Order: sequence, then structure tokens, then C-alpha cells
Amino acid sequence: MWRDDLRCIFYIALKDLRAYYLKPPNISWGMLFPFALILAFAIRQPGDIRDLVPGLLGMTVLFATTSMEAIVITFERRIGALERLMLAPISLPALLLGKVLGGMVFGLLTVLAVLVIATVGLGLWGANWLLLILALILSAAAFSSLGAFVSVVVREVFEAQTLANLFRFPMVFLCGIFVPLAAMPGLLQAVAYALPLTYAVGAIQQAMGGPGVLGSLFDLLALALFALIFFAMAIRILARRLG
Amino acid sequence: MTNAIEVSQLTKVYPTGKGKASLRAVDHISFTVPQGQVFGFLGPNGAGKTTTIRMLTGLARPTEGNASILGYDLATEITRIKKAIGVVPETSNLYDELSARDNLIFMGQLYGVPRPERGQRADTLLRRFRLWEKRDTPFAQLSKGMKRALTVAAALVHQPQLLFLDEPTTGLDVMSARNLRQMIMDLRDTGVTVFLTTHYLEEAERLCDRIAILVKGHIVALDTVDGLKAAAQGTTAIEVTLADAHNRITTQRIEGDDVAAALRAALAQANERQLLAINTVRPTLEEVFVQLTGLSAEVMLAEKGNQQAVIRESGR
Repeated sequence: MWRDDLRCIFYIALKDLRAYYLKPPNISWGMLFPFALILAFAIRQPGDIRDLVPGLLGMTVLFATTSMEAIVITFERRIGALERLMLAPISLPALLLGKVLGGMVFGLLTVLAVLVIATVGLGLWGANWLLLILALILSAAAFSSLGAFVSVVVREVFEAQTLANLFRFPMVFLCGIFVPLAAMPGLLQAVAYALPLTYAVGAIQQAMGGPGVLGSLFDLLALALFALIFFAMAIRILARRLG
Repeated sequence: MTNAIEVSQLTKVYPTGKGKASLRAVDHISFTVPQGQVFGFLGPNGAGKTTTIRMLTGLARPTEGNASILGYDLATEITRIKKAIGVVPETSNLYDELSARDNLIFMGQLYGVPRPERGQRADTLLRRFRLWEKRDTPFAQLSKGMKRALTVAAALVHQPQLLFLDEPTTGLDVMSARNLRQMIMDLRDTGVTVFLTTHYLEEAERLCDRIAILVKGHIVALDTVDGLKAAAQGTTAIEVTLADAHNRITTQRIEGDDVAAALRAALAQANERQLLAINTVRPTLEEVFVQLTGLSAEVMLAEKGNQQAVIRESGR
């Protein structure tokens, strides 16, 4: 049975990439919004733009994975296509994993494009590539699972976008991209440590030679934990919804 | 003959809001479907037909009872069951963005059809359902009838031994519905068992080897079409058609326990009118249905919003 599950995970992800993700508007949304934010910040507060690259990468993964992941499941549930998948010989966790994998792959492809531009344009060749790859993969897993969680909580597509933004925007401003965590009041620091983007940016910063706040291993473990928690909650809610 | 489906005391209760009584959608139903038969499941809206299909296909968990599908236990072997059955849900639910052919290929991928056979099977089905010309058209751009046909084709890609069809001809034009019915008969001829729910009594009468009538979650009748009609023989009637001296034609319907005596009386009263015809009127499935459910077929179809489709069809 696990072979059936593995096969279905692969083909569901592939189908989602073809049907939903690899469309120009999605690609541009995943890249342009983080670029615009970073550019606005750099113009307002000139400094070494290379310091902003970890934040840019973290935000790109966040927006690229959650932009569609948050609405794909809601949309398919609405039109009945999710039921089609549930009729297939596949377990519910494998079905959801296929969905999450689609979002992850799209997020990683998008951030890869940004990474190439940043590396070539800014000469950032001295990164710890293994750590960077791990950080990006685990970030994509955490954010894609967050997207899946959001999409099973709501009933309508527009609610999915609203709820996703409720998670995304506080993360962008609280997770050490624009304001260092150490410079934040204690309460906001506590909130920041409860958000996955903090650990994504921390791990990417360390991979690119920055100081980071926590150890890189801790950041990676935290991202893996967030991925597991969001994924488990999404399965639980989806199973209950489908009765 | 072995049974493709064995259902025993199957029950589904949906919890409702606090303080409200729970909804008993299906209530201790039991039936068997022999392999290779077309089994009809009839009933008005809310009778529990779709809930039954959802339970038998693994989309909803039964509250009570058990079932075996193709020899597999519903409670413990659902993945094996899913691999061996095909399901056509009430709504055509394939992927709008994928082409007709890609939708079928994707179904083949999900069900583990070997890679070299996927394309071949998809092409065969596209031709069989007259969709070959539309093979590269996205699902979203197909007509309603074509979407329905492709949804049926998608359920057949992995060559299931048992096919569940939930209202397959709803919303189809006459030709598409006729093609689909022919396809159901062809499937039966190849040994595939078909579990069919429909609102069209004429369709059920034409296609089904056996029919169960479901009302408010209970099976109120289960038999062959002839068996159901025989059970309703009390309503067998005779129609006497007479013409008077001015060629005015009247038809008199006679029914009751002693039809022969009633007929003699009717003929005695005919006086000088000319006897044109005496016809035995056997009960239709619709009359059986009305008798058992207390609902008219028109009401059932109107509930479904398909009155027009039926009128078109009956005028064929």
C-alpha cells in the first residue's frame, strides 16, 4: 500500500504544479511581492543590501508556497475534485502530502530563481550551501503545511486568502527581516519565536555567514516541528470535515 | 453466482447542532448485488441514496453495520476496495485546467495503470465516448454532456469490476443520455457490476436487473422490475375504449379485485356504443414507485429540477 501512496503523492504534486502553480501570475506573485518590500525598505534605510537577502529568500519561500497552497484544497473541495482524489486508492495523509509537496516544489523553484539572481548579482558565493538547501527545504515544508492547514480550516477560497494573510503579514514584520529580533520589545520577541519565518530567516542568515540568533540546528529542528504540527492539524481537520 | 456487494444493517447518522436531533440518513439497510448485474437504487431526494454510495465507496464512515465489496471488508480493506471500483459522482468533478486526455492519464496514474497502457486506455475511452476530437480540450471548455461522458470514462480507466453511478444521466441531452445507457448495458455484457442511482424511473426499468426503493433511509422494496410490478398487481387495470354514434371516443378504466366482473358490467352498459379496444394496463414502475413511496414521479423529478429533461426524453 505504501507504494500506492508514494505513487499518488508524486502524481498529485505533479498534477497540481501543472494545473495550478506553474502559471505566470503565480510565479510573479511569489517573487515580486518580497522584492517590492525589500526594495522599499532599502530605499527608506540605505545600507548593505546583502544583509536583506536572507529575509528576501525567507519571504519568497513563504509567499510562493502559501499563495496557491492555501486556496488549492479549498478550491478543489468546492468543485468536488478533492472527492475524486479521495476515491482513489490512497490514504488521507498521502493525499495531503501530495498537495504539500506541490506547494513545496513551487516554493523551491521560485526561491531558486531569486537565489540565482542574488548570488550572481551580489556575489554571494561564500554561503554554507548544505545548510542553505536544508533551510530552504524545511522552510518550504513548514510554509506549505501552513498553507494546507489554512485551506482546510476555511470553506471559501476568499476566506483562505484572508486567513493566509493573517499569518503572513505579521510574520513578515516580526521575524527579524526588517527589525532585528534583539531590538524588539520582549512581548514581540515572544510572538516572533512562535512564528516559523523567524527560524527560516535565522537558518538562512547563518547559512549566508550572518550571525543568527539561535543555533542553525535549532532553527532547522524548529522548522521541521512547525511542518509536522501544521500537517498533523490539517489532516485532523480534513478528516473531520470529510466525515 | 457470487455477490459483488453484501450490505448488512448499514446505518449512517449525521450529528446535527446542539439540542437538535441527529439525522438518520440511512437506517439499517441490508441487500446484496450479484456480480454482473445492474442494480438500481431509487428514491426521492433525501432518501439516503448518495449517503449509501458514499459509505460503500469509502467517502463516509458507516455509523453501524457492515459491508463487503468484491469480497473485501469495507471497514478494514477500503484501499483494496477503492482500487477495484470505479465511481461516477453526481457532479462531474474532473480538473478544469487539464485536457480531456490528461484527465484520463492522471486517473491512470492514481490507480497504478502501467505507464505503457495509460495512453492507450485513455485513447480507447476517448474514442468509445466520442471525445476523440476533444482530447486536447481543457475539461472546463467541454459541454455538459461531454463533461459527464468524460467523468464516466475517468471511472473506467483502471477497468473496475464494480462501477457506482450516481445519477449518471442527470442534465444530459437525449443523445448523450442514450449513449450512456448503451454504455451501461455494454459494461454489464462484459461482466462489470453496476450500482446505479437514478431519478428516471424509465431508465431504471430499462437498465436494471434488480431495483431497491429507498424511502427515508429504509429499503421499502427490493426485487426485479417484474417482481416489483407483480407485487403491485392489485392495481392491474383494463381499459375499454368505446365510440358512440357520433364517433365520440371514450376510454373507461376498470380496476379492482374482480376485474372480470367489472368488465362484464362495463360492456353491458356500453349499449349501442361500438367497442374499439380492450387493453390490459400493467402497472408501470412509476406506479409501483408511487404506491411504495407516496410520491409521484413528477414530484421527484421536480425536486431534482429535471422536469424538462424528462419531457424531452419521453417525447423521443
